[in-house]
Order: sequence, then structure tokens, then C-alpha cells
Amino acid sequence: MTQLILEQALNGLQFGLMLFLLAAGLTLVFGIMDMINLAHGSLYMAGAYLTAAATQASGSFMVGIATAMLATAVLGALVEVTLLRRLYARNHLAQVLATFALILIANEVVRMIWGAQPVLLNTPEELAGPVRIGGFLYPAYRLLIIAVGALVAGLLYLLVSRTRVGMWVRAGASNREMTEALGINVRLLFTAVFAAGAALCALAGAMLGPLLAVQVGMGESILILAFVVIVIGGIGSIRGALVGSLLVGLVDTLGRAALPSLLRTFLSSEIASNLGPALASVLIYVLMASILVWRPEGLFPARS
Amino acid sequence: MGFYTTSTPRRIAAIALLAVLVGLPWMLQAIDQSFYVSLASRMLIFALAATSLNLVIGFGGMVSFGHAAYFGIGAYCVAILAEGGIVSAAYAWPVAIAVAALLALFIGILSLRTRGVYFIMITLAFAQMVFYLVVSLKTWGGDDGLSLGHRSSFGAFDLKDDTTFYFVVLALLAFVLMALDRVAHSRFGRVIQSIRENETRMEALGYPVFSYKLVCFVIGGALAGLAGALLVNQTGLASPNLLHWMQSGTLMVMIVIGGVGSVMGGVVGAVLLMSCEEAFVEISPHWQIGLGLVLLAVVLWAPLGIAGLVGWGRERE
Repeated sequence: MTQLILEQALNGLQFGLMLFLLAAGLTLVFGIMDMINLAHGSLYMAGAYLTAAATQASGSFMVGIATAMLATAVLGALVEVTLLRRLYARNHLAQVLATFALILIANEVVRMIWGAQPVLLNTPEELAGPVRIGGFLYPAYRLLIIAVGALVAGLLYLLVSRTRVGMWVRAGASNREMTEALGINVRLLFTAVFAAGAALCALAGAMLGPLLAVQVGMGESILILAFVVIVIGGIGSIRGALVGSLLVGLVDTLGRAALPSLLRTFLSSEIASNLGPALASVLIYVLMASILVWRPEGLFPARS
Repeated sequence: MGFYTTSTPRRIAAIALLAVLVGLPWMLQAIDQSFYVSLASRMLIFALAATSLNLVIGFGGMVSFGHAAYFGIGAYCVAILAEGGIVSAAYAWPVAIAVAALLALFIGILSLRTRGVYFIMITLAFAQMVFYLVVSLKTWGGDDGLSLGHRSSFGAFDLKDDTTFYFVVLALLAFVLMALDRVAHSRFGRVIQSIRENETRMEALGYPVFSYKLVCFVIGGALAGLAGALLVNQTGLASPNLLHWMQSGTLMVMIVIGGVGSVMGGVVGAVLLMSCEEAFVEISPHWQIGLGLVLLAVVLWAPLGIAGLVGWGRERE
């Protein structure tokens, strides 16, 4: 039983760290420019597809990821400069719709290039087997995801909290006008942040690609989770995004694993097997709603 | 456009439009395309759903991103009741409306405590809860949805006949639009629109802002429930897709194309969007690109939608 919980906790950690890669870019975009970007999930999808294509072309997963991250960053910067810039001054409804339109376009473009069928992205062979940690076997690839996620999260945290660029980003998120008045080119800074966020999306897409399916629409399901994360964490806060990601990752994974058997202890097994998955899948939304009712600005609001 | 300025040209235009819609089944019969009656019903049902969202977003200023929940719940209510043997529209439809209204009341009470982006996200979260609950409950068909054996019965009217069904939908939509027009010009409508413009000021003037917004939110939910009840009768299937957040997005798209805060905005948007879909599907399997580009163009260059372009909408802020 403890082994099962430990294994599920590792899975939750792995999922949470990948969510963080998405949420980090999203929360900064949101915090600095007050912009809702629904198309963030499309960058994740683009990253996964580009990784699959580049891996197939080069034969190396590493080259695939690097190429995809670079290409997605360029793509993100292009979209930011040509389109999203025009939306910063508009209301949220306009932003939601314009980026909703981008989702439709992105999905269709991917369908035109790669077709409607899921694309195969295999786990690199040397990582396909399990490794023994403590008393149980755990897939090596998932362990790698945890390591990469933790490394990137740590680097990002240092970048944002310890460097001059990070200071600009935090200043931009808490008060854009004042930062501009102090002579920081927030526009340029923001394009850079957006490109970096896109690269992180691509990394998440590439890492999760072999575990989940690389298919059209993969961006939408994870996008909503990323939004849940940043709303729980407080919009514009990297620390909030990290806490929120881990919380959502763990609650979701452990809930799915434990709730059905937990319910079985005091309900008939028929009801429990029906109700368990239902409750588990709404758990994170219950978490989000209760956090918002308790603290309407999230756990770590950037503009306090 | 100020209050109480319903001009004669507008009235004539409305009557002409109604006349065309009433005559539509015969026109289609004349050109031997009766198949389109069913599509027309579908468009009018989505027009009703979009109008209910327009009441919440356009008039109430509450950007709700979870409207599909009420729409879908209305559809599921009718299908579940039919499963239990209750097929009379006189029972099933009011139940669908009431359940959707109760859901909106519950979600509204909790969500209206938040503002701006957080409101958008919390309404989305609640809609997602409803979506996942319904999808994971095997008794209601799970992923496959719940099919409706036969259409609701409605006294002397035979709803199984597509044309009769079309007229029932048209009558309900016309009634709702007339009521919305009256409400928009009523005391309640003025207060709710003033809250949209300046909530703090209305609060300071002593209006119970929260209650006004909540009432508006619940009416919007109830009307969406009615639209859902009609839709399940049209398609014969209560599908989880109706509850999906992309559905909420599509309804938003409709009112933005048509005109946010314009009485006819939802209708114009729904009819235009669905006609575009039908037309683009004919041209190319990748019609969603066209749809996306049209939508981008509307957001960038016609922020008040079609209604704004032709001068039906409210004034620019």
C-alpha cells in the first residue's frame, strides 16, 4: 500500500512539474500584460509535433527536443509580435476570442500537415526500461521527466528571483507602467518572456509526448489544467505557479488512485466504482473553487 | 443607442424578419429542400442559447466561461426524464429550466464573489466539474451520451414533425427576444446595464449590486437550460460535447460575431456562424481555418460585431 502511494506520489510529482513548465509562461504572460492566452496549449501541441518530426528526421530524441524548443520559441515570438500585441489593450472577452480563434487555426494547420491520426513519439530506447528505487521498480523515463522538470523549475526560479532580467520580469508583473517609466523596454522584455514560455511549452510537450498521445486537441485538455494552476497560485507569481502545479499534480494523481478504494470502504463497491472516478476528476476543480472562495486572488497574488 | 428609442425602421425590420422565418418552411418546400428545416431549427436553438449568454455577458457584464453547463444540463434533464418515462414537454421542459436555474444560482452565488479573470476562470471550473461528473457517470451514458428515444410530446402539437417543431422553437425564441427587449428597457435592465458600466457607482447609489447580477446570471442559465431541452429534441442525443468548454467558447464566439449587448446579437451571431460552418464544410474539410480567420477579423476590426457595424448595437464605450 505504501509502495503504491509512493509510486503515485512520484507520478503526481512528474505531472505537476510538467504542468509547471506550461503554467510558468502562462502566468507571466497573464501577470505582465494582463492577457488571457488560450493558445498557450497550442504551443504545447506544436512542441510535441515538432519534436516527433525532428526526432524522426534526425534519429535522436535530444536533437528533436532542442529543435522543437527553438522552433516553438520562434513561432511564439512571431505570434506575439504580429497578433497578440494588438490585444493587450483590449478587454478579456476580446482576448479569449482571438486566442480561441488561434486554437481553431492551429488545430487545423496541424491536421493539414500531420493528419488527424495521432503521431507516434517513442520513448528513447535507453530509457524504456524500469529502474529500481527503494523497494520498487519505476520507469526510467518518468524519472528523467522528474529530473528535467525539477532542474528547469529550479533554474527558472533562480532566473526570476536572483537575476537582473528576473527583477525586470517581476517588476513588470507587479506594475507595468511604473516599470516602463523606469526605462525598461517592457515590450521587448515581454516578447522574450513569451518566446521563453513557448520554449518551455515545447519542452513539456516533448517530454509528455511519449506518455500521452501526440494528437490534435492535446493542448486544450492540459491548457485548462494550467489555468487552474495559475489561478490557484495567483496570477503573475512564479512561486504560486510552482506550488499550484505540484498541488494540482499530486491531488489529481493521488485522487484518481486512492478515491475509488477509499470510497469502497464505506460504500457498496458498485456505487464506489461509479462515483470514484467521477469525484476524482472533479477534485482539482473543487480545490480551485474552494481556494478562490477562500482567497479570491489565489495563494500568492503578484499584485498585492 | 439610448433607452426607449425603438424606432419604426427597427420595428419594421423585426416584423419582416419574423415573417420570413414563419414562411421559411414553405419556401424550402417550394424549392424542394425541406431537409433544411431541421438545420433552421438547430440554428434558432443555438440562437436562443447565444441570446441567453448575451444577457449575462452583454447586458450583465459578467464574462461567464461556463455557459455550456446550463445548456448541457437542460439537454440531459430531458433525456434522463424520458428514460424514466416522462416525455411530456409540459413537465420535462420546465424541469430542465428549473434545474439549469438552480445550477446557475449555486454557481452564481459562489462565483460572483470574484472579479475579472478570476470570474472567468471560476465559472469555467464549475462547468468543468459538471462536464466530468456527467462523463464519468455510466448510468447517464458516460462518453457516449444519452440518446432520446422520442421527442417530447406537447399536447395537440406533434413535435415529431420537423416543421411543427420548427414553429415551436421559433415561437419560443420570438417570445424570449421580445421579453429581452422589454427587460433591456425596463428598470431591471437599466440597473443591470449601469452595473456593467460602473459597478462601484451603482453600489454607492445603494443598489443591491450582487442580487441584481445574480438574478441576471440565473435568468441566463435558465434560458440556456430551455435551449438545451430543445436541442436534445432536435438531435435526439444528449452528448457530453454540449457540456464541453469548447461549447462555451462557441457560444461566446456567436455573441461576439453578432454583437455583445445587442438584443439581436445572439441570433445574428448564431445564424452567421452556423451558416459559415455549413458553407465552409462544403468548400474544404479544413473549414475551421476559415472560421478562425473570420473570428480574428471580427475581434480585431469589428469589436461590436455585426450588430455594431449596422448600428443596432449599443454605443462604443
